[in-house]
Amino acid sequence: MASTAMTDAMRPPYPAEQGAGVYSNKLGMWVFLASDVMFFTALIGSYIVLRFGMTETWAKPGAVLNVPLTGINTFLLICSSVSMVKAYAAIADGKKYFLRKVAGKTLQDGGLKFWLLITIICGAAFVGVQVFEYIKLVGHGFTPAGYREGSVLAEHALADPVKYGAGVAGMYGSTFFTMTGFHGFHVTCGVISMLYLYFTKVLPEKYSPQDYRGIEVIGLYWHFVDLVWIILFTIVYLI
Amino acid sequence: MTTPQPTSTHVRPNYMLIWLYLFLMTIAEVLLAFELPVSQNLKLILLLIMAVWKALLVALFFMHLKFERWRLRLIFMVPLPLAAILVTVVIMEKVF
Repeated sequence: MASTAMTDAMRPPYPAEQGAGVYSNKLGMWVFLASDVMFFTALIGSYIVLRFGMTETWAKPGAVLNVPLTGINTFLLICSSVSMVKAYAAIADGKKYFLRKVAGKTLQDGGLKFWLLITIICGAAFVGVQVFEYIKLVGHGFTPAGYREGSVLAEHALADPVKYGAGVAGMYGSTFFTMTGFHGFHVTCGVISMLYLYFTKVLPEKYSPQDYRGIEVIGLYWHFVDLVWIILFTIVYLI
Repeated sequence: MTTPQPTSTHVRPNYMLIWLYLFLMTIAEVLLAFELPVSQNLKLILLLIMAVWKALLVALFFMHLKFERWRLRLIFMVPLPLAAILVTVVIMEKVF
């Protein structure tokens, strides 16, 4: 699994907090992520308790939600995570450029500007697909309050109450929109933050191998958002 | 008060290989959930194991937690048992 050797000694000499041994921005992000773990645990934990504590069964996977579309969205987020880490590696190696021709290689070598732009595009596409999914679901009658009266889904639920979890549709709708909505909000905040960094720091080439703290910190946040989605996708869409 | 940066060395992971693992495991999850004739309980366990495995790959290699100091790892790990206690207590209250 090894490719390029990198030493921590190569990292820039940022002022490090005593104790954790890292610079304050990074320590702050880790503490924030630790608090976000508790936030999402509260949401996921409540979902588990509500779902498996019910005597009535919930809608079968794929009955209401569009799993293939969300599968593509999951793929987008995974791609954005790898492009983020490539952006981090690029600036650590001093590659500030967009694309550059490398002798002996057919593909051009991507720099920080290229990989961060790919991350932003993938993140924005994820949010776009999620908004599209919400519009479709609400159009079919799936709302945070359950299946809207007279909608297609309400009719399906009447015909097959077990498959569509008719008895607990309200609970299903509220937990689904709460969990995916808060995650989508996190992704949106990440995309806005990356856009800000892109225009104010990356394009003017303010980052260097000596100082790329912003990229490392936003990268941690972005990977965490990906990590949470991996769990949510399994729990909400596949189980 | 400042201290010097750590001077330990580590090897940069092959990020594209980890991306490939994540991609293949996502496909495997979807196939397991909808196509494979497996009992519901086994499916549930396997899906959860795969989700945790994928999350660990992201945390260890993309977030570089594998290469960080133990003191920093602890910051991220401390909420996990607390989270487990939170869920367990709520489930117990529901059950009993």
